Amino acid sequence: MSGYGSTVATNPREAADWSTGRVIRSNLRAVAGRAYPRVIGLTREPSWLFFEIFLPFLAVSAFVFVYRALEAPEAFVGFVVLGGAMTSFWLNVVWMMAAQFYWEKDQGNLELYFTAPMHLMSVLAGMAIGGLVMTSSRALAVIGIGSLLYGVTYDIQQPFLLAGVFLLTMIPLYGMGMLFASLFLLWGREAFHLAQLLQEPIYFLGGVNFPLRAIGPIAGVVIATLPLGVGLDAMRQLAFAGSGVQGVLPVGVEMLILAVMGVVFIVAARLALGYLEHLARREGRLTLRWQ
Amino acid sequence: MPDELAIEARAVTRVYKAKPNPVTALGGVDLAVEPGEYFGLLGPNGAGKTTLIKILTTLLLPTSGTAKIAGFDVVHETSKIRRVINMVAGGEQSGYGLLTLREQLWMFSQFYGLPQRDGWRRVDELIEITGLTEQRDQKVRTLSTGQRQKLNFARGLLNDPWVLFLDEPTLGLDVAAARDLREHTLSWKAAAPGRTLLLTTHYMVEAEQLCDRIAIVDRGKILALGTPDELRRRVQAESIFRLELDRLPQNGGIAGIGALPGVLSAVRADEEIADGAGSDRVALKVALDSDSALTSVVTAVAERGSHLVGLAKSEPSLEDVFVELVGRGFGDEDGAGGTS
Repeated sequence: MSGYGSTVATNPREAADWSTGRVIRSNLRAVAGRAYPRVIGLTREPSWLFFEIFLPFLAVSAFVFVYRALEAPEAFVGFVVLGGAMTSFWLNVVWMMAAQFYWEKDQGNLELYFTAPMHLMSVLAGMAIGGLVMTSSRALAVIGIGSLLYGVTYDIQQPFLLAGVFLLTMIPLYGMGMLFASLFLLWGREAFHLAQLLQEPIYFLGGVNFPLRAIGPIAGVVIATLPLGVGLDAMRQLAFAGSGVQGVLPVGVEMLILAVMGVVFIVAARLALGYLEHLARREGRLTLRWQ
Repeated sequence: MPDELAIEARAVTRVYKAKPNPVTALGGVDLAVEPGEYFGLLGPNGAGKTTLIKILTTLLLPTSGTAKIAGFDVVHETSKIRRVINMVAGGEQSGYGLLTLREQLWMFSQFYGLPQRDGWRRVDELIEITGLTEQRDQKVRTLSTGQRQKLNFARGLLNDPWVLFLDEPTLGLDVAAARDLREHTLSWKAAAPGRTLLLTTHYMVEAEQLCDRIAIVDRGKILALGTPDELRRRVQAESIFRLELDRLPQNGGIAGIGALPGVLSAVRADEEIADGAGSDRVALKVALDSDSALTSVVTAVAERGSHLVGLAKSEPSLEDVFVELVGRGFGDEDGAGGTS
């Protein structure tokens, strides 16, 4: 009894004595476990086809028509389509990462996460990886449909670098979501409003529907703080290399910024989570459904 | 099993910040639960039962005092404690509605670190044990309350915990579902020695049926602790029996029985005879200083020409014990502070 895996314990003290390897394996399993509902949700909730592809696509289309009416460079159409795809990730980070702990608390899951023998970072990592897989399919659908419908021509000279920048963008973006998950819970009960508060400003400041360079000096500040803006600017430079439209900073510099942001957000998420757990245990709130 | 207690609490207090005044949910609780013991915390809403469970399951810090699970301190050794415990709460809505019952259990098995293959095997085993085979591929959101609670119970057993905490596990369940769950709990105990259960409930029958020992809790304090029999004896020192006889005893009658050694009193209680049981039947209520005096009573009845047709021991309920200790019933008020 109480034996699973490689250890068969005969008493609780023995059962609690896990090797470092077992701790690591258990946490990796927890990541997979938490990612599972997100990935499986793709096939269980087909309504996402409407809400997360069709509706965002209307906004993309509006900008495409505006740019064409203004006779803007044709690359701008591609910028908007790419921005529309990246919007899916931002929405996923805000609604399915940042606000998630709040909802998990309401369902009673947070209590169970706390009492399970895993680190809460594994839960966040599982949410992030599951969300990334789920959202990638949506983003690809936006790019595919948008490119076909509006005849976007890509000029990708360094495909591996483009893929690398995409992955490098995802780390700080989801790291920010992991950080916000704890902060939303700490700040208050209105995760819904906090998520809404963040949504539109980031659309603007992230340059989702226009090249970041167009907003002038502010762009520099944006670049330094928002992974979505930095990543999108770098990806546009690499996806439309021959368009003549310049990014805010060279791709190499933007990659460096993304890497630093990735470390900062994930370390901050880890610290915030530790503080959250401490506060939850000390104050008797946050994890308890009735409070 | 090593010598450590399964659950140990020493002078545990918990005060919640609240306006206008802080609320004391636990006011110095001492508890010692042996490995393999089924222990119940019985008390009304707001008694502090859930607060104590939260502390023991590492969700809350005690304001003062110490608590240990299998010798591990709840403040400093949380990781080790979390590897040997599990918790199931009544009305729990955990998990994700879009998953099937089987997928949901598997997901939680991963949180407890079970290897994938072992996880699926354990999940299927528990689905069968808890009688959820027909619902195994049903989405969680479509399950009934009773099925949902069985699922929660199965989740609580995924890691085969050494110490299981059940917090009002049958809350909101119908009679049949509650009985099922209690039977599963007893089966779990019978399956292997050394498993410890801490149950909180405000259902007397549940505490009595499941627990070896019970602590009666109110307003953050343990008022009495013992086996159900010990608790009952606190409010009723004598043994009271109800005897149903085919006719009234002769040769001194009831007074003669009342005068026997060890008999404290003997009175008629005919109002308790069922309708249509026979017009000559009589019922006696005898109070004895101990159960052993019953033999002489039964002999005396026979000597006086009556035949015994029914015998029952009359015992106070745990609610009687609670009323005696607290001065009010379970439903009379919610207790202090509203923090349970």
